[in-house]
Amino acid sequence: MSVLAIVEQRMAGEVLAAAQEFGSPLIAYSIDQPYTADAYTAAAEELIRKVNPTLVVFGHTYQTRDYVPKLAARFGRVLISDVIAAKPPVFVRQLFQGKFNADVRLIGDGPHFVSIQAGAWRAEGSPQVEIFSPSSTTSRQVAEPPFRETARAVDLSAADIIVSVGRGIKEKENIPIVEALAEALGAELAASRPICDAGWLPMERQVGSSGQTVAPKVYIAVGISGAIQHLVGMKGAKTVVAINKDPDAPIFEVADYGIVGDLFEVVPALVEEIKKTKA
Amino acid sequence: MKIAVAIKQVPLRDSPLRINASGTWIEENNLSFEINEPDAYALEEALQLREKHGGEVIVISAGPARVSQTLREALAKGADRGIHIETSSIETASLDTLGVARLLEGALKNESPDLILTGLQSDDLGYGQTGVILAELLGLPHSTIIMQVQVINDVQPGKVRVKRELEDGWFQHIEMPLPAVLTIQSGLNKLRYATLMGIKKAKSKEIKVIAAADMDAPPPPSVAIEKIYAPEKSKQGQIFDGDARAAAAKLVDKLRFEARVI
Repeated sequence: MSVLAIVEQRMAGEVLAAAQEFGSPLIAYSIDQPYTADAYTAAAEELIRKVNPTLVVFGHTYQTRDYVPKLAARFGRVLISDVIAAKPPVFVRQLFQGKFNADVRLIGDGPHFVSIQAGAWRAEGSPQVEIFSPSSTTSRQVAEPPFRETARAVDLSAADIIVSVGRGIKEKENIPIVEALAEALGAELAASRPICDAGWLPMERQVGSSGQTVAPKVYIAVGISGAIQHLVGMKGAKTVVAINKDPDAPIFEVADYGIVGDLFEVVPALVEEIKKTKA
Repeated sequence: MKIAVAIKQVPLRDSPLRINASGTWIEENNLSFEINEPDAYALEEALQLREKHGGEVIVISAGPARVSQTLREALAKGADRGIHIETSSIETASLDTLGVARLLEGALKNESPDLILTGLQSDDLGYGQTGVILAELLGLPHSTIIMQVQVINDVQPGKVRVKRELEDGWFQHIEMPLPAVLTIQSGLNKLRYATLMGIKKAKSKEIKVIAAADMDAPPPPSVAIEKIYAPEKSKQGQIFDGDARAAAAKLVDKLRFEARVI
C-alpha cells in the first residue's frame, strides 16, 4: 500500500521508520505553516488529495490528537490512534489504559489514518522529507505562543533514584508513607498525573507525557497502574520496581522487580528493611 | 449560554476486567459503570460556566439502556436535562468513533448549543477523538486537552479563550469564536459531589430518549476491533510473593546487589 507520512519535528524519525515498515512507495511531508487545527486540517486534506495515498501515518503527538481525527472524519474515516505495532491492515493499540491490546482492522478503501505511539518504533536513517506549502491558511482558531507556567524548581531528570506515587495511595494524608521510602533511599519523590491534579504533590513532581521525562538508575512505582501517559515519562529508567495490588496492572509489564501487594503493608516493610541494611 | 456536555459511561475504575467469549470486547455482565473521568471534569466545567454566565447545561450520551443511570447522576450534580441516544447491543458493538459522533451530531444539531464540552478521551477505548470529530460534523471550531476555559463574550458574536496543554509542561492560549467544541483535560477543576437535594431534584428532570434506530443510519465502520488480548510483557520481571516483609527483604537485596543503589 502507498504510504504518506506527515511529520512534525517531534517523533519525525520514528514516524518515518514506521511508515517504511507499513508499505511503499513512501512519501514524507512536513507542513510549512504555524499550527492551528483548522489550518492543518485544510493543509493535510489538500496534501492527501494531491498524493492520494492508501495510508497516512502520523506520530501520536498532542498536535496529531488536536486535528487528525477531524481530518480523517473529512474523508469518512476513523484514525487508529496510538498504535504500538502493526501488520497492515491490522494495527495494534491499547485499551483500558494498557490493560489489554486490541487488533484493529482497517475496512474499505483508503485513505486510512494511523498515528503511532512515541517509543514504539526506533528512529532509523533519514528518508527525505519534502515541504508542503498549502494554498490557503484560514483558521478560526487564533493561537498565541506556547509558554511554561513557572521555572521548574525540581529537576527529576538528574535523580539517581525516584520513588513515584499514584492513585493507589488513596488520600493526601497517606503521602508521608511514600515520603519515608524516598527519604530512606535518598530518592526524589515523584508522582503520576492524578496525584498532582489533586494537588497532593506539586505539578513539578509529575512524571509522564505532560510532566517530566526521567531516566534514573532505579524507578520505584508505588500504586501506579502504568497508563501509557505515565510510562512514556519513565521508560528510560535502568531498573523499574512496581508495587501494586493489581497483578494485571500494566506497570508490571515494564517492571524488572515487582511486589503484588498492599502498598500500605509493603512500603513500611521496605523502609524498615532499608534502614536495617543501611545501619 | 447553552452548554452541551457529551459523556460516556465506562466500567468503574479498578473493575476486574475479563475478555468476553468472542474475544472482541470485555465481559460486561456483573460490571458496574460510572462516568468517564475526563467527562466528569467536562461536566464540572460546564456547571461552573453556567454559574458565571447563566443558561443551561445539557448532558448527552449514546449507549445502551444502562447509560441512563450515568445521565441521571449528571443531573443530580446539577445538569438541567439529558439526552440519551439509546443503542442496542448490536449497534453499540458495530459503531466506530465516527458512528458515535454522527449520533451525537444528529441529536445536537437542532439544540444549537453555544459550547460543547467533552472529556479528552475515554478510559475504555481511549481513542480521544469523539469531540474533535463532532466539531467537524457540526462545522464548528474546536480545541483539545483544555486546562482552562474563559468565555470572553457570551452574547453574539461569542468568543472563548482557552488554555491548551502541550507536551513536557508547555501550554498555549487559543481564541476562537462560539459556538465551539472543547475537549477537557482531567484535573482542571475540583469535581463536586451530588447533594441530597440534587439527587431529589434529578428525579423530576427530563431525560429525552432517542432510539438510535430512529436516527439517520451512521456510516458503515471504517475500523473494527478484531480481537482483544492481554499484552505480552516486554520484560520478564521477577515478582516477589509472600508476605510484605519477606517480599520487601528480597527486593532490598536486589536493590543492593543488582541495582547497587543501597
